[in-house]
Amino acid sequence: MDSLDAFRRETRAWLDANCPVEMRTPVTGDDDICWGGRRWVFKSEAQKVWLERMAARGWTVPGWPQAYGGGGLSHEEVTILKEEMRAIGARSPLESFGIWMLGPALLAFGSEAQKQEHLPKIARGEIRWCQGYSEPNAGSDLASLQTRADDGGDHFVVTGSKIWTSYADKADMIFCLVRTDFSAPKHLGISFILFDMTAPGVSTKPILLISGKSPFCETFFDGVKVPKANLVGTLNRGWDIAKYLLTHEREMIGGGGGGLLGGRSPGQVAASEIGTDGQGRLADHFLRADAARAEVDALAFAATMTRYKDEAAAGGKGVGDKSSVLKYYGTELNKRRYELLMRAAGHEGLEWEGARTHDGERPRDWLRTKANSIEGGTSEVMLDIVAKRLLQLPNA
Amino acid sequence: MLVLNDDQAMLQDAARGFVTDKAPVAALRRIRDERVAEGFDRDLWRAMAAMGWTGILVPEDEGGLGFGFVGAGILCEEMGRTLTPSPFLSTAMMAATALSRAGSPAQKEHWLPAIVAGDAVIATAVDEGRGHDPAGTAMRAERHGNGFRLTGTKTYVVDGQAADAVLVAARTAGSAGEPGGISLFLVDAKARGLAVERLATLDSRGAAELTFDGVEVTADDVIGAVDDGHGLLEVVLGVGRAGLAAELSGNAQESFTRTMDYLKERKQFGRTIGAFQALQHRAAHLFCEVEIARSAVLAALQALDADAEAAGLAVSVAKAKASSVARLAAQEAVQMHGGIGMTDAIDIGLFMKRMQVASTLYGDADFHADRVALARGF
Ligand SMILES: Cc1cc2nc3c(=O)[nH]c(=O)nc-3n(C[C@H](O)[C@H](O)[C@H](O)COP(=O)(O)OP(=O)(O)OC[C@H]3O[C@@H](n4cnc5c(N)ncnc54)[C@H](O)[C@@H]3O)c2cc1C
Ligand SMILES: Cc1cc2nc3c(=O)[nH]c(=O)nc-3n(C[C@H](O)[C@H](O)[C@H](O)COP(=O)(O)OP(=O)(O)OC[C@H]3O[C@@H](n4cnc5c(N)ncnc54)[C@H](O)[C@@H]3O)c2cc1C
Repeated sequence: MDSLDAFRRETRAWLDANCPVEMRTPVTGDDDICWGGRRWVFKSEAQKVWLERMAARGWTVPGWPQAYGGGGLSHEEVTILKEEMRAIGARSPLESFGIWMLGPALLAFGSEAQKQEHLPKIARGEIRWCQGYSEPNAGSDLASLQTRADDGGDHFVVTGSKIWTSYADKADMIFCLVRTDFSAPKHLGISFILFDMTAPGVSTKPILLISGKSPFCETFFDGVKVPKANLVGTLNRGWDIAKYLLTHEREMIGGGGGGLLGGRSPGQVAASEIGTDGQGRLADHFLRADAARAEVDALAFAATMTRYKDEAAAGGKGVGDKSSVLKYYGTELNKRRYELLMRAAGHEGLEWEGARTHDGERPRDWLRTKANSIEGGTSEVMLDIVAKRLLQLPNA
Repeated sequence: MLVLNDDQAMLQDAARGFVTDKAPVAALRRIRDERVAEGFDRDLWRAMAAMGWTGILVPEDEGGLGFGFVGAGILCEEMGRTLTPSPFLSTAMMAATALSRAGSPAQKEHWLPAIVAGDAVIATAVDEGRGHDPAGTAMRAERHGNGFRLTGTKTYVVDGQAADAVLVAARTAGSAGEPGGISLFLVDAKARGLAVERLATLDSRGAAELTFDGVEVTADDVIGAVDDGHGLLEVVLGVGRAGLAAELSGNAQESFTRTMDYLKERKQFGRTIGAFQALQHRAAHLFCEVEIARSAVLAALQALDADAEAAGLAVSVAKAKASSVARLAAQEAVQMHGGIGMTDAIDIGLFMKRMQVASTLYGDADFHADRVALARGF
């Protein structure tokens, strides 16, 4: 206990001395979040300094081992670091698919050389990764994917296409699921490989979303040569890695909603926009009743995120299939949150362009949340996993 | 850490073993079918005392275990799984909290050993009408000599039909609706002018309507500060709410588990019905809700242990969530059992009935959602 108190004091002092004041204000746009990568253009000097200072301590990935650029902190220490960052409103110094998804998968399945090569670059924000899982005919039924990797001697030759690849046009590298055995049952012919997005034969084409943004792409591979050293784990056993990575992705997406809006809930936002009555109750009573229930659910859900992480840490394992509970509930909750915000906005929520509304920020964000229950596995797929794996209900 | 520590996990195992063995749902049926007026089994209550449960919140130097609210909540949760009727909530949680926090030395000396021994039942009397409304307390306590004279009616008093004493909220100043001006009194149940009418409730445990007709009490019977009892009352009610939330979590977990067992057993259309995705997805959704209610309950119990006066928000989240989840669990349980779920032969209906009582007492889901919203600034 004492050493944790000491850690808290030191952390508080260090953050206070090192977190630039500009990095203690709420995030207002996409580029306020640093994603790193070879082509990242820092929005400000403060953003750069903050990343460098945090990376030097290993605190962009505080729970990873120090040998791979992490902070080597215990679960309790990571929790304290996050609490202290929240207390001063510090922004996250770096977000990326490398941190959320590839890193945990490499830590569990990568070779020593792969960990040495890739993890420190993720920790320092030097390389930005994208995820090549989904294909036009392999969405929920991901294991039916058809992108092929043929044996070319010391390398694979990758041919096929992926779709919905988030930030493929901005990423430096891709972690990709490919079929390496077409005769085996579908789950047993998949391999997990890594390659450079600048390799000859890789091309991307952005897809426009209903929010008006193009954060994801169609990604094409035309005879891309990938060194065999870039195979993670065992040939044809990539599905185990893919699933493990998905549990981390789902846990992350499930917890995604809380940090938006400067941590304010829809009820709180609505109170500031619509006002309250003499007793402090939101003036719109219908909205208030729904917002109050959403508030209860959000607080109970936040406790569940904490409980699952604490249980996992106590048991020395990851959250595992329970990540589907978090993914399902957290994303459905986030959609509810934005439905409430749109109700609160009324006419103000109808503007699509114009400086007054930051080009319709609210309706665009509202539309974006509709993807939450699709990306990373749909709500229906999550419920299937809960029913089959956690509840052991029989197959149809 | 939002997990049970080793001592708490051991208590949970022991409690589960005890209630499964000594107080299965059949024990509730016996209370109901034999129309046991007190609504619980005295021998069972004494067995709980022998296990130390009655003293779980009583400080060690007063002869209890001083185990804390997480432990007390674990017991409620386990009793919720087996629908065990007992005065644990009223006496070992609420009255023990009031006495150990605010009792005079004489009150403590008189009541705490009796609570720990399983010899005393103490009910808390707050509500006077259809809804839960502590600040709406209208019952008058008029000054009379050195003491007070209580006049008014309290309704749905949990364990009031079996109580040796009643912790009662009455107004010494101000008017109904104001938090200020409420005082708490610990009144002997046999006091002159106090009439106890047993109410038969749908959970078979019963409750009481207490009519105070000029009941005379002395200044020594006040618990806490005169005119300023609302804060203590809120703590005592908070403890009761958290206990009910834990019980509702246990109730929901058990009706859910029984329903899952049924889905794996019942066959229609040549298949086990648990193979139908229409039911699987509802079951999975319900599982998520049950999980989330469990977290809210543990967070509330830990918040009470950390600082009972500051736990109001966490407790309201837990009571709101556990009340609505237990309701969903009961509804889904009956529906997924089909016709058999409507019968008295299986226990599912008993879980639904107790859910209705526990979710209504000390504020239902709406009452607590309103509180959560106010606490969060809207
Ligand atoms: C914003 C966004 C970002 C994304 N980023 C990436 C990325 O970076 N990399 C990547 O690889 N992929 C990414 N995806 C793709 C995402 O993983 C897929 O969209 C998702 O897995 C669903 O696949 P699908 O779109 O083919 O839908 P389908 O699988 O065709 O599903 C259509 C509907 O049918 C339902 N359904 C399907 N199967 C079942 C079943 N067995 N039982 C009941 N219902 C069923 C689904 O739930 C859904 O409602 C992204 C998607 C979005 C929206
Ligand atoms: C009060 C009452 C009065 C009744 N009166 C009469 C009467 O007068 N005459 C008479 O003949 N019957 C009567 N019944 C029986 C009633 O019609 C049946 O209870 C009903 O048809 C359901 O059958 P079951 O109880 O066997 O449930 P089951 O068929 O075992 O169903 C159990 C659960 O599984 C679900 N389920 C079953 N199959 C599927 C599927 N393919 N996909 C998804 N879910 C499925 C059901 O919806 C239900 O939730 C009565 C029932 C009640 C409760």
